[in-house]
This record gives sequence, C-alpha cells and structure tokens, in this order.
Amino acid sequence: MKGEPPMDIAGARAEQVAREDLVMFVNACFSCTGQREFYNDGRGQAVSIEFLHAYILGNYRRLYTRTLAAGINHFNQAQIILNLLASGKQTPSADRHEEGALIAAALRALPPQRAYRVLDVLRERRINNRRSRAIVREFLNGRADLHFDAVKYRSKLRAAVAHGHLKLPGELNPFLFHGWRKRVFQAPLLETFRRAHYDASALFELPYTVAEGLAAKHQLPRDVFLKKIEPRLTAAERLRLQGSATRAQGAIALDLGRTPLTRLALYVLSLPLEVRQERLTELHTALERAAVNSLRRASVPLGRVAAVLDNSYSASGSSEKRRRPLGVALAAHYLLAATAREYRAFWMHPPEHPLLSRARGQTDLASPLLNALDWMPELVVVVSDGYDNDPPNAVAEVTRLFRTKLDPARRTTIIHANPVFASELYAPRGIGTHVPTVGVRDAEDLPTVLGFARFAEGASPLAELEDYLAARVRRMLEHAPQGHTGTEPPEESLDEEVA
Amino acid sequence: MKEGGKSAVRRLPLTGLRLAPSQVWGSIRLVPVLRDDIPGDLRITRRSYDEDAGVVSLQGGLMEPGLHYASYVPHGLVVDWDDKGAAVTPETRLRKPEGKEGKSLKHGPFSSTRVLHRMVHREDKHRLRLLPMHLTMEGFLALYFGGPQVAWSEYSQEALSQGLNPRSEWAYSGWASAAFAEALRIFELHERQVGMLIFQADAMLSCAIVSHPEDYRALHRALLEDFYGDLLVQYGFLGDVPVLGLGVEDARVNSMKDLRAAVERMRTDWADFMGFMAEGVIGAEVVTSPVYEAGPFHLQRFITGLSPAEENHMGEAILRGDGTVEYLKTYRLSAAQTRRAYLLKQLAQGGWSLERTAEQLKTTRDELIVRLRNAGFGYLLKEHVLKAAETRLTRR
Repeated sequence: MKGEPPMDIAGARAEQVAREDLVMFVNACFSCTGQREFYNDGRGQAVSIEFLHAYILGNYRRLYTRTLAAGINHFNQAQIILNLLASGKQTPSADRHEEGALIAAALRALPPQRAYRVLDVLRERRINNRRSRAIVREFLNGRADLHFDAVKYRSKLRAAVAHGHLKLPGELNPFLFHGWRKRVFQAPLLETFRRAHYDASALFELPYTVAEGLAAKHQLPRDVFLKKIEPRLTAAERLRLQGSATRAQGAIALDLGRTPLTRLALYVLSLPLEVRQERLTELHTALERAAVNSLRRASVPLGRVAAVLDNSYSASGSSEKRRRPLGVALAAHYLLAATAREYRAFWMHPPEHPLLSRARGQTDLASPLLNALDWMPELVVVVSDGYDNDPPNAVAEVTRLFRTKLDPARRTTIIHANPVFASELYAPRGIGTHVPTVGVRDAEDLPTVLGFARFAEGASPLAELEDYLAARVRRMLEHAPQGHTGTEPPEESLDEEVA
Repeated sequence: MKEGGKSAVRRLPLTGLRLAPSQVWGSIRLVPVLRDDIPGDLRITRRSYDEDAGVVSLQGGLMEPGLHYASYVPHGLVVDWDDKGAAVTPETRLRKPEGKEGKSLKHGPFSSTRVLHRMVHREDKHRLRLLPMHLTMEGFLALYFGGPQVAWSEYSQEALSQGLNPRSEWAYSGWASAAFAEALRIFELHERQVGMLIFQADAMLSCAIVSHPEDYRALHRALLEDFYGDLLVQYGFLGDVPVLGLGVEDARVNSMKDLRAAVERMRTDWADFMGFMAEGVIGAEVVTSPVYEAGPFHLQRFITGLSPAEENHMGEAILRGDGTVEYLKTYRLSAAQTRRAYLLKQLAQGGWSLERTAEQLKTTRDELIVRLRNAGFGYLLKEHVLKAAETRLTRR
C-alpha cells in the first residue's frame, strides 16, 4: 500500500465494509425468520434482523432493494417490501422505476397468505402513499381469482380495500363490506359461502380453512368433515393434516411426489421411527424424486462431493422451527446426491439409513469433516448450525490447518451452509475464518447459495457482487408473471409455513 | 448420631469414568462424564413427590415422635440392583404408582406435606429408595449434633439439654438460576454419558453421576430440582465464561494423519484439564461414613476436610466393591457453612471446652466466643458469658 494516496485506502476500506455488510445481510435473509432457534429466543432474533434491515436500508438502498431478487426467504422479502414502501420518499429518482417493478414482482411471487399479510401490515403501520396504493391495486388486479381470495382471506382483503379506497369489480365490494347476509350473490363461490352458513352440504365446495370454521358451527363430526373436504385440500394442508387424520381414523391421500424437498424431509422426520422403517423404500423414492424436481428449477452439476451433515441434538431446532436444521441436512443429502457425479455423506452420528436419523448427541464436527477430507472430494458441503463442542474449536482448527498447510492450492473447496441465524452475531455462526458460511432456509436454496458463497469468502470485490445482484434482478423482472394469466391454481404455496 | 467409629478417610477417584470437553452457556460450564463399561446391574430412577414440603422421620415409625428432617423434597431416587451382576429392569410405574409412598398430609402450614420413612428405605429385596442430597444434608446437619457432653458452665440450658436442636441450613434449588435451566436445556448429551460436573463461573458447583446412560438421560432435567450452594446465585450475575478453545500447533501438522492426531490430542487435553478443575472432589481426600450395604454396592456419604481455606464438598456415593463410582452427587458448602462446620468440629475435638478449643485455634477464649456468635451459634452460650466476652473485646 506504500505510496498510494490515503483517499484510496479509505475508499478500499469503504468498499470492503460495504461488501461485508451486504454479505452479512444476504446471509441473514437466507436463514433468519424471526422465530426462535435452538440457542436463541424469538425476541432476540426479531431485534437482530430488524436492526440489520434498518441499517442496510439506510446505507445501501439500491442493494437493499435488489436483495429481493437474491432468492432470500419469504419472511425477509416481506420485510423488505414493507420497509421500501414505508420510505418511498428516499428513493433516488433514477431507481424509482426498478424499485417499483421489483416490489410488484416480489409481492406477486410471495405465497398469497404472506402477500395478504404484507397488505395488512401496510394498514397497521399506516403506510398509504400513492405508490403503495398503486402497488396494492396492481397486485389485486394480478390475482387469478379474487372471489376465492375474498372468501379465503376475507378480513385481510377487506382491510386492504378499505385502506386503499379501492373499488373491486362486481359483487366483491358489497360482499366484503355489507356481509353475506344482505343479498343473494350471482358469483358462484360467494353464493356457496352464503349458503354454507345455513346449509352444511354447501360447505364442502369451500376452501378447507373457511369450511373448517363453518363445520364447527354446524357441529359436523371431525372425521365426517375431513372425509368429505378431502378433495378440496391443498398439498400443504394434506401434509399438515396427516397426523390428525390418522387419529380420526380417516387417512388422507398424500401425493408425496408434489411436495417440495425440504418440506417432505421435515414431514418424514416428524414420523415415528417405526413408521419410517416400515415405509422406508416409499419415502426414500419420494425424497429422491423431490430432489430431482427441485433441481429442475435451478441446477449446478457438481463433481465429487462430500456432505458433512450435523445430526447432533441442536439440530432438533425449536418449538417454532421443529427439526428444521436436521430437515435441511436430510434434504441437502438427497439434493447433493442427485446433482453430484460422485457423492458421499458423512453424518456426525451415522444413522442406519439417512431417513432414520434423529437429532441426538454432542456436536463433534471435526471427525466427520476429517473423514470427508480423507476421501479427497472436489467440494465439501458442511450443513451445521456452527456450534462445535466436542472438543470446542476443533473444526475451526481443522479447517484453518487444512486451508493453510495441507491444501493451499485449493483442490478441495469447503463451504459451510448454516440453516440457523445466530442473533448475537447478526449472522449464521461460522466454522472458522477460512471457510465461507452461507445461510440457507431450505435445501432447495443450495444451488443459489453455492453461487453466493464466493462473496462470503471475501475474495471477490464489491463490483462483482453488485453485478451478481443486478443479473438476478434482470432475470427476476424478465420472468415475472404479468398478471391476468388465470392459470395460477387457487391454492396456497407449499414453500412457506404460515407466519 | 450416625457418625462414629465406622467413618474412614479415603480418596474418591473417578474409576471407570472419563471426562469429555465442556459445553458452556453464559457463566455455566457443564462437563459430561462418560462411562465405557456399563454392566446394567444397578439402575436408578426418579420418583417425584408433588408436595410443598417433606418430613422424614429418622427415628421410630412413620408418624411417631422422634427425630425428624424437614425440607422441600421434590423427588426421591429408586435404586434397583442385582448382586449377581445381571442386568436389571428399573422400576416401572406399572408396579408402584409414583408418589404413593409415605403419607401425604393436607393440613399444617403448607398446603400439602409428605411424611417419609427414613432417608434410605428398603422397599423390596433389591430395591432402595433414597432422598438425593437430603441424605447428605441430613448427615451434615447431624455432624456434632448432640452438643456438649460435659456440662461446661458457659453453655445455655437449652444447648445442654437439646444440643443443636433444631439446626437448619439453606440452599438454592437449581431453578434459582435461569442460566442453569437454559444450559441444561441446550446441553447435548453424549451417547455414553452418565453424569455431569457443573461449574458456575468456573467454580465447581456440583457433580452428579449415575450408573446407566439411560437413567442419566431421564434424570438430566431433574438436576434443576436438586439444591446447590450460594455460588449458583452469587456468581450467577457474572458474565460469560470463556469457551476455552484449545489450538493446534501449526508446525506439528504436515498430513491428514497429523491433523487427526492433533484433534485427538485436543480431546485428551480437555479431559485432563477438566479433571484438574474438579480436584476439589475428584481424587480429594474425604471422610466417608457407610449408610447402606446392598450386595456388592456400598452407599455412603462423605464430606471433605472442612478446612476453611479450601473448597469443601459433601455428598453421597454408591461404590461398587472394586471402587467404581456408580452413583455420586455432591454439594459445595458455602464459606459460611464451612466456617460453621469447622467451628463445631474444633469444639468437638476440644471436648466442647472453650479454653481448650481456643488454644487449638491459637486464639483467645473471648475471640472464640465472638466467632461462635458470628457464625450463628450464639444460642449455644449463656447470655452473660457472651455479653462479658463482647465488652472485654471492645474495651481492649
């Protein structure tokens, strides 16, 4: 650095800070959902992520907006949309168009219950500028079936319409504001909803969540209700109702092939060990199929890959994210197996079969990593929450010495994917400074996240990260559905839990 | 009084056990204790009592007058053993509903009280019920319980006729520390773990070891109900203790094999270091007194040397004939408790003569009297003796 003017040093330092801030933020946006984790409570998580959002929004507004396109989780997408809409005045005029388009596209891509929640929060936070109203109007115009939404998300839709002084077509405004008692409706779904209040047989043409409340009103027995409503269940509802349906003696047909990979892994892990053992081949095939399906969306062909998978006790997650770290590990196992030319899994406590793994025991991350490195793979993916206690600091030492002394030429790449956000660090906990750590929420994010890992490593300059985000923005805006397509099935998305 | 000629001085090494690296949460450090050889011929299960208070009759029948021990007793431990070395099935709820033992009273100062028969109660041919920690505490309270045997003129009438009756001590339940509750929740149990050393701000608080990993797994959360000394609360406000990550010397690693060996070395260094931290109990000299003989197993309680300058622990243990520790629970005495026990011990050694004891302690009679009062034993002495000593000391 000798001889360079001090301005450049300051500039270089500022660039480094910006890059670190952004990497930290995107990592947090992949893993944090504001819910409690094994080691941190929900309150700490919420405070931590709120701070990160405020900080990045205040300092790097354009990059904050573009993070919407980085493939981050829905919780953080919703936060970004809300924060942007609340602070529209600060948008530089050059970015106005892109920001608006990104918000609209992201809102439309959110699962409907999440999107409607965003509209609801707009009202709670009294955000009602012209742009917000335009975006709400555009979003509602783009919905495939507003009658369905009016029945299923009635209070939220009404709130949005009242808040934005909107006029919806047809009978929707009277339906939302005067109630179903006032008149007979021409629209079939609204009429069914009205009739279902008086006639139990009309109930079964309604969406499940609506029908469930009315079934209680008509005092329908649970098993009769579940049996008759079955054709109306969405895939997520089917998955959710598996347990209670078995108890009510009426099994619900579940098409495992349509369930997304991580969801399916979590479902499998929720089954008792004996059931998993019994249905081993069936579940195994379903997971393999789900892995292939998810690769269709985004795929990176990989060579010789080793996965180091953490199934220690802390992988059991929390009451709000039950078994999620273990579920992500199991899903990553199937995903990597499907995409790699050669693949081997190194579980921390090797289970009889990956499907039979349980979250138990101490965290000895160093031993499986050593075994994995012995196999000499091109890529090692470590899926772990970053805590290492047997002995502490061992995995950090192993990665440090491996990087600095045993493999300085980097024949083997090590990447740490962490499904847990550590609120005290404002980031997912790492496993030493020589391995990039990236946040993941679903194993399906892995291909995206592997691409992002080179920024987490700290070698690439800020400009490259900006280009990366810009490219993703372009792709998102090009591929955004343009509304009024009418092909979108009227059901909630499977990707997210209801907030 | 149960102490007597049978007590012996011995060491408590952790034969058959090994330590694993600690797990840290806030100011709490938990060190797992692992056991490699598990014959399964001694099993310990928990029996919970849902009463506000427990009264244990130490002499005579269940509801008869006599010596009693009163405390909050949240649970008892049921020990099943086999003296032929065969594996036993632990007590199941089917055979004996939990908490139906003793007698439950619904009147008195507490909304419910359970009266139990003896600290250690034989329930079946190969079954023993004991009240963990209370067994120890009762032994501690009973140390030199009888008071002076010679009617020295300084002692109050009450002390001469009743001894130290009633003597009381107090302790904190594990619930008192939120950090401890959280540390137990997030602790990751090892597959062969049978116990734990509990450190608060890196001071050894307690040690809990059982015989079988499954029993430990079931008892893990019950550690919160046990009682602990002042340190739990006193140091509870301190910040975090360091995680103590050891490093590896760069120069020693030139291959994957070296790296593997280095990690192994880290592991053993840990065990040695933790053992060193726990020297107050492990390998320390203790005075033991036998409580119960059950086939090859000896239930005994113990207390360390009671030197005020060192850390002092008391506890109970079940040892196998060959010296293997099958069960161990310890309690760390607070500084005040140590002082009290030390003074009583000195008095007993001096035949309760104030002059002779003062001489042993290399101090004066008046100072000893004030020390006794400061330690909370003022009620043992006659009022005017105490007053006179105080005035003489202040006048000087």
